[in-house]
Amino acid sequence: MTALAPTDKPAAQSILEKIGAGNIVVLVLLALYPAVASDFFLTQIGAYSLILGMISLSLMLLAGYGGMVSLAQISVAGIAGYTVAIFGLNNSGVHGFGWPFWIVVPIATLVAAGASALIGVISNRTEGIYTIMITLAIATAFFYFTQQNYSLFNGFPGYTGIRAPEFWGVNWRDPMPFYYLCLGFAVVAYAAVLYGSRSTYGLTVQAVRDNPRRMRALGFNVTAHKVVAYFYAGIIAGLAGVLLVWFNGRISPGTINVSAAINVLIIAVIGGMRHPIGPFLGAVVVVLMQTFAIDIVGAERFNTLIGLFFLVIVFVSPDGLLGLWGRIKPHLAQESLRSGP
Amino acid sequence: MAEISVASRLQGSGAYALELDGIARHFGALVALSGINMRIAAGERRAVLGSNGAGKTTLFNAITGDFLPTAGRIRFFGEDITDLPPHERIRRGLRRTYQISQLFKGLTVLDSIFLACRGVSRRRFSLLRPSINDVNMVQAESILNAVHLESDRDVLVATLSHGQQRQLEIALALAGAPRFILFDEPAAGLSPTERRDLVAILNALPKHIGYIIIEHDLDVALRVSEYVSMMHNGRLFKEGTPQEIEADPEVQEIYLGGKHG
Ligand SMILES: Nc1ncnc2c1ncn2[C@@H]1O[C@H](COP(=O)(O)OP(=O)(O)O)[C@@H](O)[C@H]1O
Ligand SMILES: [Mg+2]
Repeated sequence: MTALAPTDKPAAQSILEKIGAGNIVVLVLLALYPAVASDFFLTQIGAYSLILGMISLSLMLLAGYGGMVSLAQISVAGIAGYTVAIFGLNNSGVHGFGWPFWIVVPIATLVAAGASALIGVISNRTEGIYTIMITLAIATAFFYFTQQNYSLFNGFPGYTGIRAPEFWGVNWRDPMPFYYLCLGFAVVAYAAVLYGSRSTYGLTVQAVRDNPRRMRALGFNVTAHKVVAYFYAGIIAGLAGVLLVWFNGRISPGTINVSAAINVLIIAVIGGMRHPIGPFLGAVVVVLMQTFAIDIVGAERFNTLIGLFFLVIVFVSPDGLLGLWGRIKPHLAQESLRSGP
Repeated sequence: MAEISVASRLQGSGAYALELDGIARHFGALVALSGINMRIAAGERRAVLGSNGAGKTTLFNAITGDFLPTAGRIRFFGEDITDLPPHERIRRGLRRTYQISQLFKGLTVLDSIFLACRGVSRRRFSLLRPSINDVNMVQAESILNAVHLESDRDVLVATLSHGQQRQLEIALALAGAPRFILFDEPAAGLSPTERRDLVAILNALPKHIGYIIIEHDLDVALRVSEYVSMMHNGRLFKEGTPQEIEADPEVQEIYLGGKHG
């Protein structure tokens, strides 16, 4: 049958087919969401899930495709947030150069991506559980450093009074514009990861995950490919960090502490790391639980609840909620992997 | 003395593909390789024979840089590559296969071979999806046909049979205009039919591509090589034509045991 035609590469594919029906349906629903959602649901659930989803997406990119589980992605987002606070405006009376957002945002993203690449260089020689340990160590060290350093990070209180900008006549702090801003960033990040996963570079990252030794024996500089993956993940985490600091209006060591780092991992694991939609799925579930479970079971039992849910998912479906979907519709999951009998 | 006979045999042929000078490899107290000297002319096809644990795979690892030798120098087409990282050696035209398949379980067969072509080409970091007309894709398709995997083109590597994985293992080494290939027991575990295919593939390689093949089956080795080196306990102890080696009483005693007796 392959003699007839490769089934996954028909000669002429319409744009709609290329994007995929499922992606379009979800995008339309998300675009219409503000029509039905209150301000609270727009920001505290919608925008916040998109932001956390993006940070987890940066982890999914590294872990799912590259086999590198980095717990320092929240630190990378935090570095972008601090950069926005330092170069933009804040009301903490420290730094706050007041540069315009269109300079500050690219700088923040690049600084974050550079920091992420540096983490990649440091953890390059490690694998598996050791990558988790060294990146957790980096995240912890960075947390304590921001808490103790006042000249750059303004120590324990951090920075407050950071605002999303106004441009094109829109105040992007308002709930609906801010939601669409987050949606736009998230869609671009999601689409880039989805497309890039089948690019030459995307294939090299997955091949490095499966067998770095063979990749070297094919002429690839494995270290460079890993570090570049950290750089790209840093761009996504950095953009999310900019949104996060605008969302909170502030950044302090509490934003990037160890439980925040673990939270990113929990979201990715609950959602599933086999497809870039997983982290967003996980983020919605965790944000909903964080928002409403507290009212129902109380703050103390809330972490127990998340923990239990996490355990159930890991036991029932190691591939997260995505994996559950694969079980309900196994033929769909199969189809995406193979092209024919 | 073996040294001299090889050298004289190749007199006038010019460049060597591979020159090994005093290669040694120790694992702690274990001496896996010692004093390996070897000259292989461009385009020469050499079989390396030796019992399990003789050091054959360790020799390949030293040549490719998978595991560096403890001592000795390696020249590849006249260039000293001893201090180069593995990927730089590969980019100079060296290739290898592995005794235990080293494949990409989560990739398709075609994508694996495509990467093998791209590894020694440009645009390794391209963020674009390769089109079917991409020069490396076209190369990959032709290699796919050469190793008879065309019907498994878009199948995940993890689902291939053992025999097919061995074919893919060879396909990855053929990609991207190799100049010299190290085959580590490519025939191990293959059925008689698959062995015949393998011999055909090796004999169909362009004449300028030389190789070393590690092979336990003397019949296969005889059909794909012009010269044989024997290894024992980390040393090269005899070299000769396949006929000389087969007839050598010492070889029969040490290596072949009762099998050909
Ligand atoms: N990574 C390693 N660590 C320790 N010993 C090794 C390692 N690799 C090979 N050896 C030892 O080196 C010797 C040669 O092994 P090898 O080159 O695999 O033999 P062959 O390929 O000829 O069967 C064996 O004694 C083996 O146990
Ligand atoms: Mg061996």
